[in-house]
Amino acid sequence: MKIYNAKQIIPGLIIFLGLITFPFWFNMGKAAVPPEVKLDTPVIQQMAVKQCVLPKADMRTGHMQLLNDWRTEVVRNNQRIYVAADGKQYNMSLQNECMKCHSNKTQFCDQCHVYAGLQLGSVPYCWTCHIAPKEAK
Amino acid sequence: MLDRAFSGSQKYYRLLMALLVFMGLGFAAYLFQLNRGLTITGMGRDVSWGIYIAQFTFLVGVAASAVMVVLPYYLHDIKVFGKITIMVVLPYYLHDIKVFGKITILGEFLAVAAVTMCLLFIIVDLGKPMRLLNVLLYPTPNSILFWDMIVLNGYLILNILIGWNVLDAERKGVPYPHWVKPLIYLSIPWAISIHTVTAFLYAGLPARHYWLTAIMAARFLSSAFCSGPALLILLAYTVKKYTKFDPGQEAIEKLSIIMTYAMIISVFFVGLEFFTAFYSQIPSHMHSLVYLFKGLEGHRFLVPFMWLFTGLAVFALAMLLNPNTKRNEKKLKIACAAVFFSMWLEKGLGLIVAGFIPNPFDQVREYSPSIPEIMIALGVWATGFFVLTVLYKIATSVKEEVA
Amino acid sequence: MEESRRSFLKLGGLCALGIGALPVVDALGKTDLPKVMNDPKALVGKRWAMVVDMKKCWEKGKPGCKDCSLACHVTHNVPEIGNVKEEVKWLWTEPFENAFPGQESHFMPGNMNEKPFMVLCNHCAQAPCVRVCPTQATFKRPDGITMMDFHRCIGCRYCMAGCPFGARSFNWKDPRNYIKTELNMTFPTRERGVVEKCNFCDERLAVGKLPACVEACKDGCLRFGDLEDPNSEVRKILASQFTIRRKPELGTDPSVFYII
Repeated sequence: MKIYNAKQIIPGLIIFLGLITFPFWFNMGKAAVPPEVKLDTPVIQQMAVKQCVLPKADMRTGHMQLLNDWRTEVVRNNQRIYVAADGKQYNMSLQNECMKCHSNKTQFCDQCHVYAGLQLGSVPYCWTCHIAPKEAK
Repeated sequence: MLDRAFSGSQKYYRLLMALLVFMGLGFAAYLFQLNRGLTITGMGRDVSWGIYIAQFTFLVGVAASAVMVVLPYYLHDIKVFGKITIMVVLPYYLHDIKVFGKITILGEFLAVAAVTMCLLFIIVDLGKPMRLLNVLLYPTPNSILFWDMIVLNGYLILNILIGWNVLDAERKGVPYPHWVKPLIYLSIPWAISIHTVTAFLYAGLPARHYWLTAIMAARFLSSAFCSGPALLILLAYTVKKYTKFDPGQEAIEKLSIIMTYAMIISVFFVGLEFFTAFYSQIPSHMHSLVYLFKGLEGHRFLVPFMWLFTGLAVFALAMLLNPNTKRNEKKLKIACAAVFFSMWLEKGLGLIVAGFIPNPFDQVREYSPSIPEIMIALGVWATGFFVLTVLYKIATSVKEEVA
Repeated sequence: MEESRRSFLKLGGLCALGIGALPVVDALGKTDLPKVMNDPKALVGKRWAMVVDMKKCWEKGKPGCKDCSLACHVTHNVPEIGNVKEEVKWLWTEPFENAFPGQESHFMPGNMNEKPFMVLCNHCAQAPCVRVCPTQATFKRPDGITMMDFHRCIGCRYCMAGCPFGARSFNWKDPRNYIKTELNMTFPTRERGVVEKCNFCDERLAVGKLPACVEACKDGCLRFGDLEDPNSEVRKILASQFTIRRKPELGTDPSVFYII
């Protein structure tokens, strides 16, 4: 089998392989810091029973969907109170409810988001509109 | 057939490179706009649509007419054709369809390039282009923009499918596949729909009295029917000069007759607007026209452009009404340029901006495009012409081979 | 290619498409929210409306008073862009001849043509902005408020072209740097690229408060209530005093009435 244009193809292939494996060899030896999610805000510490709107596992996988649904209910359907499975009522507001307990955004929300590569402010871009709580640095 | 686009003369490559330069500059300016927001444009709270939407409006007409004028050719071998009574306005040249044989593909591909530019202009105008899919995710039939999205994209797909398949069939020396025929039938009313729907964007707004006229869609149609053929004629001559493909003198003459009638009607329609506004003396009807042609409260930015439009239109008509012009290549080209440019001034510059002046508070707040805005607009035009060049290269190569 | 192999490939492609569509359908399925409800304190209405008593404002108000405007803009973190071209405003004043173009005349009492009027979104019952929005980012709520959903807005500005009252502002740039007043931490700001306007303080109505401007006017020149409730304050005022609306001939049925 004769390979045509080998002078262009082979170097091209090598460059392509180099580019496509870039993430692997560029980050070799470096390890991203695993997220350390801190729940020790004053509000949470004062809670008798430390529970969120949903159980932790559900929150981890589903907080995005929950926030989306809350957004639809508040803005479009004008319903503002969420009744959790245990009957407890929450105000469906990121700024005014979620952040009341989790007021340490940089040590809570940002930890996982940054680890997953979502730190540029564009994704998730909740915070370009919703005002993040002021944190004591 | 795409490979025909990758081989060509030096002039072809130089043209593509020149267009790529403008595309690159436009893209860089667009990145600047994505970074800073639409504040870099000249638009503001009062004139909230500017040259982006104006170019889109103008090009919709070009896209529609390029096809409507020539497409019936594809149906010439069917006796059923005589029963197409939807073509009330076009019976004239339906009688002599074969004349348009060679120029049809040029019209199709011009439509593809024009609709591409329309869609690009809409995208660059959006404040949140990353949310573009919301128009599809949340269909809103009461919004004309929703229908505009449907008809523009549908038109793009239709023309790509029809043009490509007919050309390919010609290349192979066989009749085009049977399923193309219903698409061809569909594309004629669809072409009417794209500029009717676009006209409806403006003609149904109670807020903007300059646009609130029943003849808006008719004005769109008439200016489309002169600007489209004008560009098509100029392109046909260019193709004749640089390739071995000759669309045919008769086709060009027929197109210029259509263009002449359409130009007469377009100018007539502008006159109609003037009559209604100034005979009724209703301020809201008059104000925008006064702003355009005389200046309002000392603001006169668009006045020279509108008088240029008037001059060019009169000049073009004077040339075109002389039946000998269409047989003289040089004179016809000048007339076409005058038609195209005058229609661009009226629709691409005057119509949209003047709709917002005066604002709902009867204040005059002017608009002039900024440099980055102009660069982006030029970039989109360059992209359209790039697409046009590539498609025309393919078409002319095939036609040259087949001949 | 043989006919049978070709049709096999076609069929195979269709099947792959079908199987691939299944997880997409699953993903698009909505989670069921257990239960949502509204605050029992919330103000409920079928058609919220406002009566602006300009006569009282001119007679009783201090010259240069901007209490209502300021309250609105502070409550909602409205930016102060600083130039006429790109300004963002929800509630502001315009002279009579601009708020009611076409009705000005030289034979009016006093200097009526120049007298200031508070202008805002009229929350029209037949809102043209709602009619033209391609994504329903602006929509009519059952309580009569013409609402903005900033999450859905694509920034096409068709609503701005459609509004006969010039009530809408677009964020041509990032507004965060231009908020000159103290941030209201309970209400979000907006991003660049979306349109905004008065929302009749729906977030305050939801917890039983009146709109910020209504509360802020010390002379009680702004009155708010349900037009569909015959016993509401606004109905009583409308029945007893002559009021005008902006551009009623356009058929948009505005919900803001002016006592002059």
